[in-house]
Amino acid sequence: MASTFYNEILTDHNIRPGHKYKLDGANMVLEGVNPSCGDDILLQLKVENGIITDGAFVGDGCAVSQASCDIMLDMIIGKTTEEAKHLSGLFLKMIKGTVTEEELEELDEAGALQDVSHMPARVKCAVLGWHTMDEMFGEEEEKAKEKAKAKKNKA
Amino acid sequence: MSAVNNHAWTETEIRKIRADFPLLNNTEYAYLDSSATSQKPQCVIDKEKEYYEEFNANPFRGLYEISVKSTDEYEEARALTAGFIHAGSADEIVFTRNATEGLNLVAYSLGSILVHKGDIILTSVEEHHSNMLPWRQLAERTGAVVEYVEPEPDGSLNPEKIKAMLKPNTKIAAFTAMSNIFGYTNDIKTIARYAHENGTVLVADGAQSVPHTKTDVQDMDCDFLAFSGHKMLGPMGIGVLYGKMEWLKKMPPFLTGGEMIDSVSLDDIVYAPVPHKFEAGTVNAAGAIAFAEALRYIGRIGFDRIEERENELCTRLLEGMKKIPHITVLGSEKAEEHHGIVTFKVDGVHPHDVSTILDADKIAVRAGHHCAQPLHQYLHIPSTTRASLMFYNTEEEVDRLLASAARIRTEMGYPD
Repeated sequence: MASTFYNEILTDHNIRPGHKYKLDGANMVLEGVNPSCGDDILLQLKVENGIITDGAFVGDGCAVSQASCDIMLDMIIGKTTEEAKHLSGLFLKMIKGTVTEEELEELDEAGALQDVSHMPARVKCAVLGWHTMDEMFGEEEEKAKEKAKAKKNKA
Repeated sequence: MSAVNNHAWTETEIRKIRADFPLLNNTEYAYLDSSATSQKPQCVIDKEKEYYEEFNANPFRGLYEISVKSTDEYEEARALTAGFIHAGSADEIVFTRNATEGLNLVAYSLGSILVHKGDIILTSVEEHHSNMLPWRQLAERTGAVVEYVEPEPDGSLNPEKIKAMLKPNTKIAAFTAMSNIFGYTNDIKTIARYAHENGTVLVADGAQSVPHTKTDVQDMDCDFLAFSGHKMLGPMGIGVLYGKMEWLKKMPPFLTGGEMIDSVSLDDIVYAPVPHKFEAGTVNAAGAIAFAEALRYIGRIGFDRIEERENELCTRLLEGMKKIPHITVLGSEKAEEHHGIVTFKVDGVHPHDVSTILDADKIAVRAGHHCAQPLHQYLHIPSTTRASLMFYNTEEEVDRLLASAARIRTEMGYPD
């Protein structure tokens, strides 16, 4: 029997996720879906003064999508949104196969998903949580920009 | 390899069959995804090559020797197809790209003369999207309504349930002759009788049934039957629509263009007779001619022997699956009602993870919703894994799948 890339970190986060529940008091919520395979998550974050003070997700999907999202939450809770975005950038680099040794160290447990870089069919699953978070922050920035613009126009 | 043999397949026979399929010998994979597309024997590959190397010319157009040969062989493929499904006449065979195109052709063309606002099209929850979306589009265009029959737990459609749902304005009923999830053969003959008693046209989706069982369209008495060449050893891009002549004559063309007319002036068009009316543009002659070779190959083995072999393999797979904890097979308990299609779920493991683990062990299966999303919603399962066998598979391949399937749960971190 050939070995698979389902290492203990991955399967543990899938079967016993630490952050899979409905988060009361979340102020940023966004759904992420992979329509072709049915992976579906609802990412919920509590962000105060640019710091992610708490986070959780609910959803259905393959082990890769669910574990990846759980690992991500482990890593970003307590960090600033800027730090979270930086980690997301590193994660995507890892999936594209262009990450350095040092960067991989920074990715900590998320490094358990490194083998996905050789599995094009599973890339979408691995990045779902991270993409959803990026989109969340992107939308927030757009809103802030528009607000600033409206303020400027008023002035 | 003759149809009169009724002993189990010998190892020599199996080896001989395997030798006919180059891909099976060129891959380490156990190919268990034949319901998605079958592998092709050397004779089919050679025929397509021979066409392009020796008599490629546009059929019906040229008046020179190779164009005439191209036309003749194309029409011979049509006649052979008619014989294969026991159609009354070769003119009742329309070559299409695949089953999907055939079903769309019927929905557009027959739908345009038969279905009006308030009419009903009856189909089932277990249909492949190809036999559902064309009808829903037709309903959208015309203001008709689509109604759905629910399948039985074994995956079959109950003709009595269908009979009870037929209403005076049910114009078309469209059902699969074999579910691509359950492998169950539906009783199209009885369903067709009930439909006709109600004045309803019966369309059958034969994409899964025609490759695995003997087909007799006159006995089934369906008005239309659509199927694909690539699921039955033929090349991709060639399919068949059988239709009863009385309907094909009444129906307007689906696509229009070259070589489907008798005459065109700026004021008038006279369409070519059936079936050419439905084959606009340059046809896939190479595909049809290679497909005919596939039919000859199947004919040499015979469906008695094919069904026997597929049943033998399927029994082994089902029995093995039953012994693995946390695996549930969808549909009938009986192997002979699966026709090689074994769709299953593994408790707590998503089918894409199942497929990835099987892939690591070089086993090719399909994971997902298999183009039957409404059925999965009806069963409250997001998606499933499907192994589909064909007579060219071996006991060893089945055992490899079973061994790999048995370790899925532990591989995913479960204690058992």
